[in-house]
Amino acid sequence: MAEHRLSTPILEKQIRKIRVGDIIYLSGIVFTARDEAHHRALKLAKEGGQLPIDVEGLAMYHCGPIAQKIDGEWKILSAGPTTSSRMELFEDDFLKHFAVRVIIGKGGMGSKTTAAMKKFGAVYGAFTGGAGAFAANSIIEVKGVEWLDLGMPEAIWVFRVEDFGPMIVAIDSYGKNLYQDLMERVKRKVIRIKRNL
Amino acid sequence: MMFMNKASLTQVVEETTIKLLWLASFDLPQGVEKALRDALNHEDDPIARSQLSVILKNIDIARKKRVPICQDTGIPMIHVILGEDFPLKAILPNILREAVRKATISIPLRPNAVHPFTRKNTSDNSGIHLPYLEWEIKHGDSLEILVIPKGFGSENMSQLGMLTPGEGLNGVKSFVLDCVVNAGGRPCPPTIIGVGVGLGVDGVMKLARRAAIRPLPLRNEDPFIASLETQLLKLVNETGIGPMGLGGKTTSLAVNIEIGHTHTGGLPVGVVFQCWAARMAEATVESDGKVKIA
Repeated sequence: MAEHRLSTPILEKQIRKIRVGDIIYLSGIVFTARDEAHHRALKLAKEGGQLPIDVEGLAMYHCGPIAQKIDGEWKILSAGPTTSSRMELFEDDFLKHFAVRVIIGKGGMGSKTTAAMKKFGAVYGAFTGGAGAFAANSIIEVKGVEWLDLGMPEAIWVFRVEDFGPMIVAIDSYGKNLYQDLMERVKRKVIRIKRNL
Repeated sequence: MMFMNKASLTQVVEETTIKLLWLASFDLPQGVEKALRDALNHEDDPIARSQLSVILKNIDIARKKRVPICQDTGIPMIHVILGEDFPLKAILPNILREAVRKATISIPLRPNAVHPFTRKNTSDNSGIHLPYLEWEIKHGDSLEILVIPKGFGSENMSQLGMLTPGEGLNGVKSFVLDCVVNAGGRPCPPTIIGVGVGLGVDGVMKLARRAAIRPLPLRNEDPFIASLETQLLKLVNETGIGPMGLGGKTTSLAVNIEIGHTHTGGLPVGVVFQCWAARMAEATVESDGKVKIA
């Protein structure tokens, strides 16, 4: 269980040093994207369009924050991760078009994302679900917000973070998926439990 | 008992509801927090311990800074227990809706309510049938309001099973275990699992909801159901899913079961997942305008 301190922009060779079970802390630029932002980003990519920000080497956060505008400036009150598995629909395609290096979320992702992370060089960092106030403590600044027409949770928020973590690396760039391995063990265990009911 | 005039009482109900939405956003019931602390003492896996430590730190930060404990402040569900002689009745849905709108901006809460097809956000957490209200009538002239901000990480994992009578008790246990395995780490474990058994399709989900919001560590009054709760919790925790689905001994803090009689030809089972951030707040408003926050 190695610990890594990453700063954006993150390079592929840094990602290849990280393994499942490691812990990461991240500093630099993180942008949020949930279901609707993924949907729009991929539509744009297919039409040859550009995202409103250059995401290469950045971390993408499955998160819909609570933001409040105070004296003309956005402040983040609470910003924990949302359930990543909803983005399984889009993520391999997203990684094909956009070179993000870390995806932050909770609850894990599936085989398609795991394969794409291996191919393109990215890792999945599991941040503790529900820990919105704790996460907001590491968000130093809101650099901007895009696609606010999608609503506050679904917009793309661009944060500058410092020592954002701890995140448990649950999918690495070698095809290892901590959640899937665990769930295989869980399923075998539950077969035994049911037999003894 | 002196009755307050309706206009003033309307204001008291609205202000109380806003306050409850505020309290529920940053504070957890004591029983839940205690169960999480006990879970940390019980775990020895470093990853499970790290998840529970962050959860407990988060609870402290949210309470100190009075900011939402989780960014998913949910969709508003409000249980109303209305005294038959409380002066405000039919107007209550309007008052509660107004309170939700105002609270969304003043606290602020995350605006989560969208149209199911256009996905357009209403920006104030109100909408068609929102806030969702659940009603009970009681004797007396007071009004009880229970506010439940329900996040959707856990709500999305909830399930209905129309079992057959032949599947029986073991069928119910298997169904609950299947729901837990299907949910994995997604409903933000350690969860509280509300199980309803009986009635029909809508009734059984209401029983499950009622079970999910039962304060910890209360057991069902029926000793048979209470022992089933304990047994199921043990089985659920044997799965090893653990905090946040990253492995460990604590997949759930409690399994609560509520039952109702059902049709001789059926065995409905409802399972409602509640994430560890099991927020709720409750108050009683008297007809004279006195408010007691539980």
